[in-house]
Amino acid sequence: MATDATPNASSESALPALELKGLSKSFGGLHAVRGVTFKLMPGDRKAIIGPNGAGKTTLFNLITGIFPSSSGQVLLYGRDVTAWSSHRRTALGMARTFQVTHLFPKLTVLDNVLLAIKGLRPSKYVMWRFMSSYPDVYEKAHGLLERAQFMDRKDTEVRFLSHGEQRQLEIVLGLASDPKILLLDEPAAGLSSGESVEMSEFLQGLDPKLAILLIEHDMDVVFDVASNISVLHFGEMLESGPAEQIRQSAKVREIYLGTE
Amino acid sequence: MSERAMTSNQTKILAVLAALVAVAIVVPNTNSFLILLATRALAFSILVMSLDILLGYTGLASLGQAAYLGVGAYLTAILATKYQFGLGYDFWLVLLFGIMVGGALAAVFGLLAIRASGVYFLMITLALGQCVWGLAYRWNSLTGGDNGINLRQRPKFGAIDLSNEVAFFFLVFVIFCISLGLMYTLVRSPFGRSLAGIRERELRMKILGYNTWLHKYIAFIIAGAFGGLSGVLWAHTAGIVSPINIELTNSVDALLMAVLGGAGTLVGGVIGSFIVFGLREYLSTLVPWWQYVLGIIYVLTILFLPTGLMGIPERIRQRRARNGNAGKPKQLAPAATS
Amino acid sequence: MSMQFWVVQAFNGLSYGALLFLLGSGLSLIFGVMRIVNLSHGSYFLLGGYVALSVIWTTGSWVLAIPVAALAIAFIGLLMERIFLRPLGFDPLRQVLLTVGFAFLFQQAALDIWSGNNFDITPPAALTRSVEAGGMYFPLYRAFMIATALVIGLGLWLAMEKTRIGAAVRATVDDAQMARGVGIDTSRISMFIFALGAFLAALGGVIGGGFLGVYPGLDFEILPLAFAVVIIGGMGSLGGAAIGALMVGLADNFGKALFPEVSYFTLYAPMALILAIKPTGLFGRE
Ligand SMILES: Nc1ncnc2c1ncn2[C@@H]1O[C@H](COP(=O)(O)OP(=O)(O)O)[C@@H](O)[C@H]1O
Ligand SMILES: [Mg+2]
Repeated sequence: MATDATPNASSESALPALELKGLSKSFGGLHAVRGVTFKLMPGDRKAIIGPNGAGKTTLFNLITGIFPSSSGQVLLYGRDVTAWSSHRRTALGMARTFQVTHLFPKLTVLDNVLLAIKGLRPSKYVMWRFMSSYPDVYEKAHGLLERAQFMDRKDTEVRFLSHGEQRQLEIVLGLASDPKILLLDEPAAGLSSGESVEMSEFLQGLDPKLAILLIEHDMDVVFDVASNISVLHFGEMLESGPAEQIRQSAKVREIYLGTE
Repeated sequence: MSERAMTSNQTKILAVLAALVAVAIVVPNTNSFLILLATRALAFSILVMSLDILLGYTGLASLGQAAYLGVGAYLTAILATKYQFGLGYDFWLVLLFGIMVGGALAAVFGLLAIRASGVYFLMITLALGQCVWGLAYRWNSLTGGDNGINLRQRPKFGAIDLSNEVAFFFLVFVIFCISLGLMYTLVRSPFGRSLAGIRERELRMKILGYNTWLHKYIAFIIAGAFGGLSGVLWAHTAGIVSPINIELTNSVDALLMAVLGGAGTLVGGVIGSFIVFGLREYLSTLVPWWQYVLGIIYVLTILFLPTGLMGIPERIRQRRARNGNAGKPKQLAPAATS
Repeated sequence: MSMQFWVVQAFNGLSYGALLFLLGSGLSLIFGVMRIVNLSHGSYFLLGGYVALSVIWTTGSWVLAIPVAALAIAFIGLLMERIFLRPLGFDPLRQVLLTVGFAFLFQQAALDIWSGNNFDITPPAALTRSVEAGGMYFPLYRAFMIATALVIGLGLWLAMEKTRIGAAVRATVDDAQMARGVGIDTSRISMFIFALGAFLAALGGVIGGGFLGVYPGLDFEILPLAFAVVIIGGMGSLGGAAIGALMVGLADNFGKALFPEVSYFTLYAPMALILAIKPTGLFGRE
């Protein structure tokens, strides 16, 4: 089992971290995602852009197993996980953030992070010891909170945080499990331009081995973080390529950048 | 900040310990009526706390929790009357069997119930509870039907005869304290914290790598096991086991006690249980309109104190801290986002 | 088992189902419109019976008792919805608990006003006879119960399908948010449906009073059966409630006659199974 779950290092570098093959999803008659094929190699920084309702969030939901796909495949490190439930996919080293903040509003900042760290540890099932008897988990949480400059608010209940702080905590929770793939759904949504710049710098400072797939409307953040951009339109992958090429593309300008 | 949180927590634990010591000292020195009343309230509060694990910590409002008390109680009564089992030192085995039968029933029911959430969970647990009630009510040869089963005696351990009220009170008290300790450890453990995460936002928990179905299922079984335990104690406390113990109103009682005291606090349910038993059995001997008091307390609590009695200090503190800037009223146990 | 057994039991089941339809249809509509599990629905049933008794005691008129009781309870339901449930907003759990609190209050009030005795509502002599057909005797009162449910059911169905308010109710059941979006006053719809549900339950209580009796504890005894109807039929669906009531009525009668030891189990176990497989009920919309 164990050897099965983690392919050895040499094959890992050759395999895409995430691969989508003809992935589709329809809600009744609405085709939200149509035949998307895509690859994300370890350490890649890619972005998906597209107008509202293009199917970007739905694509993330398919990748993370929140919805079953209508057809097509999702592969993580070469393994077909299309039929897997979300928590098993996460265990292969994937993490995500949500466009609409999905935190634990009535728990403290620290508790939010502790839960995120415990998610992939077998000790999450332990019920005869206090959570507080795991100093290593607390240490790690403190480290994460320090890096994101949250230490002074660690005992605040999350619902009392500002929107910007909640967006940032979303990412901290995503990083808590030491993922190898990070999916970010509009991390800068609703942030002021100053906060967006901070967010962008924070993302650029992350471990270069971490593969990032970013959905974002703020093109400054996209160009800062991603080297490669794909355009989704009415559920279809219209164009993919290096950031510069997408910036120049007439078609993209017409449907997307033109609207800015 | 963290030190303040720590000390407030320690204060709470000390307050609970002091209250327990007070109960242990005061109750045995009152009259037999009050001793029995306290014993009933303690035995039933194990059920209420088990429900609180679901309601307050996991966000699942069960309307069939009395079923677990029922199977524990019927098991005890049937073993005692048909097989003379559990009336000596083998009582401890009955206690174990009660826990197992409660857990086993929950393991079966959980397979059906855990998929549902919100009001659907409420309804399915209601239906499951009614299944057990229906069997108790109709399966005359086993359960004595409507009349139930009378337990003619309580266990004897050598020289200690539990038909002595004080001795029996202490037995229930000790088992109650152990249950409280175990459940308190549970809710503070990594597993217990995961339940709170599921209550707050199940989808995020899935994405963080938790098999939320399994966590809820395990919590459901644990709650059932404690329910079975409370049933064993209840059978010997009341001396009679009948379908009334499994009726819908009994499950509803447990739910309201938990809410009255404050869901998600464990001891809140105990306070709720003492208040309700006190009103019902003490006030009812004084005035004929006691149930109005109970009904009005329920209604007022739900309308104005969504966090229950245990939430009062926190509300006062918040009001002081954020004067005028009152936050939204808290929800009891917000259903997981759909 | 003789042919007679089957016919008589089916007839009894049918008439019991008719009663359950009156009770369950209101519960179902309330759930459909407001997503509230109304645990005081059994109290409406019981209070309907009690109010009818008072009317009969003072005026001697059974015919008058029916509308007076139903309207009185409808008014109580309306007040409950307006004053207590509405202000909670959309918070199903607290609303459910509140309806329980009221059930307890109603229980005590009934005990104070009407004592703890068991009563029967005696219908007019014309309805207490039995008619003979094929060597079997059918109580006319049970036929009356079936006829009433048929008339009420037909009336409800016409109101839902043919009137504007019916269309608004259906739209609210389908998607309350969308209904609000197109300008439907869902708050008024909720008030109306809650009162209607109480009206139907009380009507059931009056009519059931001549058959089950009127006594303390009937409220929580009948409530789970109403839930069985709603769950099997699907929440918010009138046709479903009719089918659910029929099935529960028949299952209850045949269950008690054929396997008395497990009769309630055979009723509630399928209900739990249906819920587990399809939470919105057998005929409910997703
Ligand atoms: N759960 C759902 N049920 C039905 N339709 C949905 C659901 N989720 C998304 N959609 C629809 O799918 C389309 C794509 O939505 P989404 O993926 O959220 O777009 P984006 O994130 O690109 O703005 C939209 O038309 C949206 O209404
Ligand atoms: Mg989106």
